[in-house]
Amino acid sequence: MSKSSNSSVAYVRKTMVDKMPAPNMSKGIVGWMRTNLFSSIGNTILTLISAYVIYVALAGLFSFALGSAIFEGTGGADCRVEGSGACWPYIGDRFDFMIYGFYPESEYWRPDLTFAVGAILLFLLATPRIPGKMISGGLFLVVFPFAAYFLMAGGGFTGLEEVPTEKWGGLMLTLVVAVTGIVASFPIGVLLALGRRSEMPLVKSVCVVFIELWRGVPLITVLFMASVMLPLFLPEGTNFDKLIRALVGVTLFTAAYTAEVVRGGLQAIDKGQYEAADALGMNYFQATLLIILPQALKLVIPGIVNNSISLFKDTTLVSIVGLIDLLGAVKASTATGDWTAPSIPITGYFFAALIFWVFTFTMSRYSQYMEKRLDTGHKN
Amino acid sequence: MADTAQKSMAVSETEVAIEITNMSKWYGDFNVLRDINFKVMKGERIVIAGPSGSGKSTLIRCINRLEEHQKGHIVVGGNELTSDLKKIDEVRREVGMVFQHFNLFPHLTIMQNLTLAPIWVRKTPKKEAEEVAMHYLERVKIPEQADKYPGQLSGGQQQRVAIARSLCMNPEIMLFDEPTSALDPEMIKEVLDVMVKLAEDGMTMLCVTHEMGFARQVANRVMFMDQGQIIEQNEPEEFFSNPQHERTKEFLSQILH
Repeated sequence: MSKSSNSSVAYVRKTMVDKMPAPNMSKGIVGWMRTNLFSSIGNTILTLISAYVIYVALAGLFSFALGSAIFEGTGGADCRVEGSGACWPYIGDRFDFMIYGFYPESEYWRPDLTFAVGAILLFLLATPRIPGKMISGGLFLVVFPFAAYFLMAGGGFTGLEEVPTEKWGGLMLTLVVAVTGIVASFPIGVLLALGRRSEMPLVKSVCVVFIELWRGVPLITVLFMASVMLPLFLPEGTNFDKLIRALVGVTLFTAAYTAEVVRGGLQAIDKGQYEAADALGMNYFQATLLIILPQALKLVIPGIVNNSISLFKDTTLVSIVGLIDLLGAVKASTATGDWTAPSIPITGYFFAALIFWVFTFTMSRYSQYMEKRLDTGHKN
Repeated sequence: MADTAQKSMAVSETEVAIEITNMSKWYGDFNVLRDINFKVMKGERIVIAGPSGSGKSTLIRCINRLEEHQKGHIVVGGNELTSDLKKIDEVRREVGMVFQHFNLFPHLTIMQNLTLAPIWVRKTPKKEAEEVAMHYLERVKIPEQADKYPGQLSGGQQQRVAIARSLCMNPEIMLFDEPTSALDPEMIKEVLDVMVKLAEDGMTMLCVTHEMGFARQVANRVMFMDQGQIIEQNEPEEFFSNPQHERTKEFLSQILH
C-alpha cells in the first residue's frame, strides 16, 4: 500500500466516501411533483389545464350519477324534474329485462347457474397458481358450451321448460355471443394463421382467400347475410336458429382477425427455433405445438385481447338481425310505458356503458397480468 | 497432450458414418456447393475451415437436411437423404446439431429443453428422460442450472446446454456449426473443453470452426473449403505446417498470427 502511494500515480483514492442521502428536493411528494408536474413553465401550464379538465369531467360525472340523481320513484314522472341527473329507479325497475331479455322470470336460475359455473371454471382456468389446467380447460372449452346450451335452452331430454333462443336477451345474450365468439374463433384463427404460412399451395390459398374475404366485409354485413340471405339459399322449411347463425358469423369474422394477429406472432419467431426443433427430429406438429405456438401466442396476447375487447363491443351489432342484446334491451326499455323522461335514455346508456367498461377493462388488466407473468424475459 | 488425446480416439476402419458423393447445391442460380465428395468413418473428428461464404455451414446443414441438396447423394448411417420425410426424421434423430446462436427454447426451462425431444420424439418416459438430462448436465458441468430459463444463463452456459440437449437424444454423429463464434472470449474455453471431452469419448464429429487450437488437439482431419468446394484435406499437423494449395496458405496466414 505505502509503496504504491509513493509511486508516480497522480491520484488514487485511499478511503471510500460514505453514502449520502438524496437532496430533499428530489424525493417525496414534493420531489415527485417537481419532476413530473412542474418541471418547467410549459409543463406547469399543461398541468393546470389538465387538472381543470379532469375536475370539470369528474364534477359533471359525479353530479349526474350521484349528486343530482334521483334514487326513488315509481315512474317516469318522478324523474321529470328540472336539472335532475340519472334516473336510477328506472334501471332498478327494468333491470331484469336488461339482464335476461324475455327469458321467463321463473327460469332465471338457469342463466344464473350457467353464469356462475362459467365464471368459476374461467377463474380456475385463468388463475395460474391453480393446478389441473387440462381438466378445467377441457371442462370450460368442451363440456361447458354444450351444458350451458342445454341448460339455458331446455326442452327435449333435459326435462326443463323449453326457452327458445328468441327469448334470450340482455346482458345474458351479449355474454353468450361474446364468449362463444372469443373462444370458438381462437382455434380457428390459429389454424388459419398456420395454414397461411403453409408451404402447401392449396392449403395456403384457401386460408388466404378465407381471411381476406371475411376481413374485407363489415361485421354488420356478415350478420345481415347470415340472417337474411342464408335462408334464401337453404331449402324451403329449413329453420336455422337465428342466434346460431349470428354466432357462426361473429366467430368466423373474428377468426379472420385472430389469424392475422397470430400470423404476426409466428413471423416474429426466429428461424433458429424451427431449425433446432427439426434438428432434434421433431415433426411439424410437435415443433408447432411445443416450440413455435407457445412463443408466438405469448407475443400476441395484446393483439388477441384487443380483438376480444373489440368483439365484445361489436356484439351490439346483433341487434341489426333482431336479437336483443344488452344495448338493444336498454334501448327498448327507454320507450316503454311509464318510464319516459328526458334523463331515461341517458341513464340507460350510461348503465350499459358502465357494464361494457367493467368487462373490457377486466380483460385488459388480465392480459397485462398474463403478459408480465409469461415473460421469461429472454429472447434468443 | 495432443498426441495422447489422438491415440485414445479410435477411428473405425469399416463402419461408415456419412458418405457424400458428387453432391451439389444451388440457391436459385447460385452454386453454393460444387461436387462434394467425402466419407466420414465412425469415430472421426473432422474440422471444416474456410473463409466466410465458402459453404462450410451449408455443407453440414445438408447432412441433417436443414438444407436440401439438388444433385448427388448423401447417405447418413445407411439412410440416404431424399425427400422421404420418414428417412429425414430418422437421420435427424441420430444426428445432433449445435448452432452458432444456441437456439435453445426460451420459453422452457433448461430441464424441459433437454427432455422435450426425448419424451416426444423417442417416447422416453419423463422420469428416465430427466435422469438422462441430469447426467448430461453434470457432464457439461451445470447441473445447478436445471430449473432456470435459457435467458438467465451466460452464452457459454447456453451453448453447453445446447450440446447437452443434443446428447440427450443419444446421437451417433454430432454436427457443430461455429459453436463458439457468438461467444465472449472468456467463454470459448468452457465450450471447447466439453467438445474435447466428447471427442475423447469417441463421438463422430463434424465441426465448422475457426478454433485452430481445437483442430490441432482433437481433429483427425481438417478440411479446407473455398467457393463451395473442398480444396484441401489433411491431418491437422500436416495441414497447418505444410499446406499445399495457394488459397489454404493465404487463409492460414490470415488467421494464424
